[in-house]
Amino acid sequence: MIALLLRDLRLAVRAGGGFGLGLVFFLIVTVLVPFGVGPEGALLAQIAPGILWVAALLACLLSLDRIFALDYEDGTIDLLATSPLPLEGVAAMKGLAHWLTTGLPLTLVAPGLAVLLNMPAGAYSWLLLTLLIGTPALSFIGTFGAALTVGVKRGGLLLSLLVLPLYMPTLLFGAEALRRGAEGADNTVPLLMLAGITLGTIGLLPFVAAQVLRINLR
Amino acid sequence: MAGGGPILCLFACAAIRYACAMELKVSDLSCARGGMPVLEGVDFTLSGGEMLLLRGPNGIGKTTLLRTLAGLQPALGGTIIMPPESLAYGAHADGLKAMLTVRENLAFWARVHGVPDMEREVVRALDEFNLNDLADRPARSLSAGQKRRLGLARLLLTGRPIWALDEPTVSLDTESVALFAETVRRHCAAGGMAIMATHIGLGLEARALDLSAFRADPDSCRAGGGSVPADAFFGDEDLA
Repeated sequence: MIALLLRDLRLAVRAGGGFGLGLVFFLIVTVLVPFGVGPEGALLAQIAPGILWVAALLACLLSLDRIFALDYEDGTIDLLATSPLPLEGVAAMKGLAHWLTTGLPLTLVAPGLAVLLNMPAGAYSWLLLTLLIGTPALSFIGTFGAALTVGVKRGGLLLSLLVLPLYMPTLLFGAEALRRGAEGADNTVPLLMLAGITLGTIGLLPFVAAQVLRINLR
Repeated sequence: MAGGGPILCLFACAAIRYACAMELKVSDLSCARGGMPVLEGVDFTLSGGEMLLLRGPNGIGKTTLLRTLAGLQPALGGTIIMPPESLAYGAHADGLKAMLTVRENLAFWARVHGVPDMEREVVRALDEFNLNDLADRPARSLSAGQKRRLGLARLLLTGRPIWALDEPTVSLDTESVALFAETVRRHCAAGGMAIMATHIGLGLEARALDLSAFRADPDSCRAGGGSVPADAFFGDEDLA
């Protein structure tokens, strides 16, 4: 299973692998917002948590359809399904690889972009923490969505429509935890909810995704 | 001596590559494609060292049968008996990653199948399909025939005794077909099995199974799932 993870990471960083695509998208969205809203520091600081979270979520969405579609097209999924690896493990590794190439880099560059949105310096640690806790859920929910749409031609749009509503709880609690943290208020509850959602998706969705894949391969 | 049995068995298995008494037994198998039954009553037994060629016109269900054997889709009925995790499936698509080199592609499948002594096995597979000169080229730069050879080389790294291959010789030239036939012959000589859907003769001594004989009755499927025989509805006079 480690082999699968390493292969996916290697494919992502090679030319045409799409690594950095989400990152650049994240950068562009957060740069565009101050242009659209205008140079009002106080207003930007107020909306920064929401903007950063929505941008991270959309950047994540961008690369979701690559998770299974490429392996489906070249027949790899069939061969993996008949290999000794359990499909549940395959789905989990796919989710992990997606997070390592999308969610984690997004988290790491987010404080740099928060400067553009005039976020108070004290909130950077909360930004890092909430994204670190929340983005794995985005990748694992996305893996499930990608499994659902694996056989669909041009399934990217359908995938977005399926997955975005499922992202709502993560977005709600993530942005709320960040907002409260930035204001210096107590944010234990949204943080715990965020962590709970992430753990739940990591624990359950690989099994669901594997079952959906089996049905889609028939 | 109590320990003699297992040691002896280990020795025997090293001499013959695959454990003895290996058998693939298919009885009364029905398969469906897209919910429509295409084959029913498929019966055959394949034991170690044997190969079977699947024949029949396009659309008769050769791929469906192979996918059912590989466990990619459930059978409508009947039984497939074989040792667990003993079948290597080779599909139309080779499962190659264009951005990885030939060697990396093979090394990946060797790791997935947990091959011990991976590097030596990869080199052996490269040798067997004459891919040594291409080992460090990215797979995207290979020709169709070379890709096919790479896809077939993967089979050697699965370490599995039963090869279920769907049109394995597509886009291979005569030289490569001979290379492939030799590999299959050696695989079977070592106690392995091969079941192949192919239209060309490989110059191999193999049984052929014409699937036309097992074409599913189109009437029997409309009654839902095809499990109910048609004459149960229309055959007997006491219904009227």
